[in-house]
Amino acid sequence: MSQLTPVFKREFLGYFRSPVAYVFLIVFLVASVGLAFFVGGLFKANQASLQSFFVFHPWLYLFLIPAVGMRLWAEERRGGTIELLFTLPLTTLDAVVGKFLAAWAFLALGLALTFPLALTIGWLGNPDWGTVFSGYLGSALMAGAYLAICSLLSALTKNQVIAFVLGVVTCLVFVFLGWSVFNGLLSSFLPVAAVDFIANLGFIPHFEAFTKGIIDPRDLAYFGSLIALALTVNVVVLER
Amino acid sequence: MIEVKGLVKTYGNKRAVDGVSFTVNKGDILGFLGPNGAGKSTTMKMITGYLRPDAGTVTVAGIDVTQEPVAVKSRIGYLPESAPAYGEMTVYEFLDFIAEVRGYRQAAERRARVDRAVARTHLEPVRRQAIETLSKGYKQRVGFAQALLHEPPCLVLDEPTDGLDPNQKNEVRALIKTMAADRAVILSTHILEEVDAICTRIILISQGKVVVDETPAVFRARKTGARLDEIFRDLTRSEV
Repeated sequence: MSQLTPVFKREFLGYFRSPVAYVFLIVFLVASVGLAFFVGGLFKANQASLQSFFVFHPWLYLFLIPAVGMRLWAEERRGGTIELLFTLPLTTLDAVVGKFLAAWAFLALGLALTFPLALTIGWLGNPDWGTVFSGYLGSALMAGAYLAICSLLSALTKNQVIAFVLGVVTCLVFVFLGWSVFNGLLSSFLPVAAVDFIANLGFIPHFEAFTKGIIDPRDLAYFGSLIALALTVNVVVLER
Repeated sequence: MIEVKGLVKTYGNKRAVDGVSFTVNKGDILGFLGPNGAGKSTTMKMITGYLRPDAGTVTVAGIDVTQEPVAVKSRIGYLPESAPAYGEMTVYEFLDFIAEVRGYRQAAERRARVDRAVARTHLEPVRRQAIETLSKGYKQRVGFAQALLHEPPCLVLDEPTDGLDPNQKNEVRALIKTMAADRAVILSTHILEEVDAICTRIILISQGKVVVDETPAVFRARKTGARLDEIFRDLTRSEV
């Protein structure tokens, strides 16, 4: 793992060498805060909580994270730099984890920049800071799961558009599996146990617990193992 | 230094490389000749550990590339075809990244390495420029600088003079010559004068097989009075 640091550094700083980073950060901030205010009614709810901010994250990530993840490997393939990277003395695992962590850190930066929203709530009312932090933690973990999936899909193609579309569709499946509306539909013809099982595979039930201030080891394990699994397959795909 | 035995690589039902064997010793400049699609690049990709051979072995300084890829990669400097590089980085940033992956962890040491490679390849005028804005000749030199940075005992150069103007070609040839003294060098080309000018040995490969393995003098003596390209044509045509 000694070679992970230079890969991480290059990838992370790479975002800021092009306008991509600034476009992404601005869109992320405007969309996340805008949805919370205008659709979620952050102020109208008259509650000192970020519930109406976090509730949109699974949907927001559905488009924004494939946009970040699509280039991870597709761009290396297209530009031929993948040949350079894999003839340097590093393992595939170093490269996969280094690039993943860099992109994740970038997403975490975007998320951290929404913190003034939490401070505003804190100024206006008296939020439960534990819940605010667990919400941020859950959102960051969920972003990691989206990203790991998109990184894997990006390794399958040298076309970024294909990587993006595959990323959106696959993440959509994971969102739907745990979406209450979809689960309601399923429960009309499936037994409760089966619906529970399916819902448990999706992102939302695990994320919701965090936004309510519950840090359950099972939810941590869910996101952790999803990331580990996707990255393992990512390594296998690249070594094929 | 480099020992290749019975190398085979199949794409679909086409044998790109079919039982290629040769050795390269210290001080050798091996010219790898052959028509386009003969399997030159594929062979080089297997030597540098980018592609996994279907059969056969490659050892560099006695180390098997499939068993210890990282150890082999740290002993090779590789210039892939068309010199891929991260275009958004400046020359200096890119070489600094390569130096860090190559294991130079102290900033001062990295700087010294990069400065030396930059001086050797005459990149001073563009060291602060983004690689994507450089001309083809400069890009090729960045690829060179990257391959020599760690003073490797083996150099593998895929079409190092492709797309350069005559002056640049001469410069690159001179550079290769000065470096070859205590190294094993493999370079592929389809320019025959180049082989005559710098190589100490010729390997001609056609349809994935080694057809000729001899010194340029012996190669030339195959048909007295004939130009090199006539000999080349005779040898590669008869295979078709």
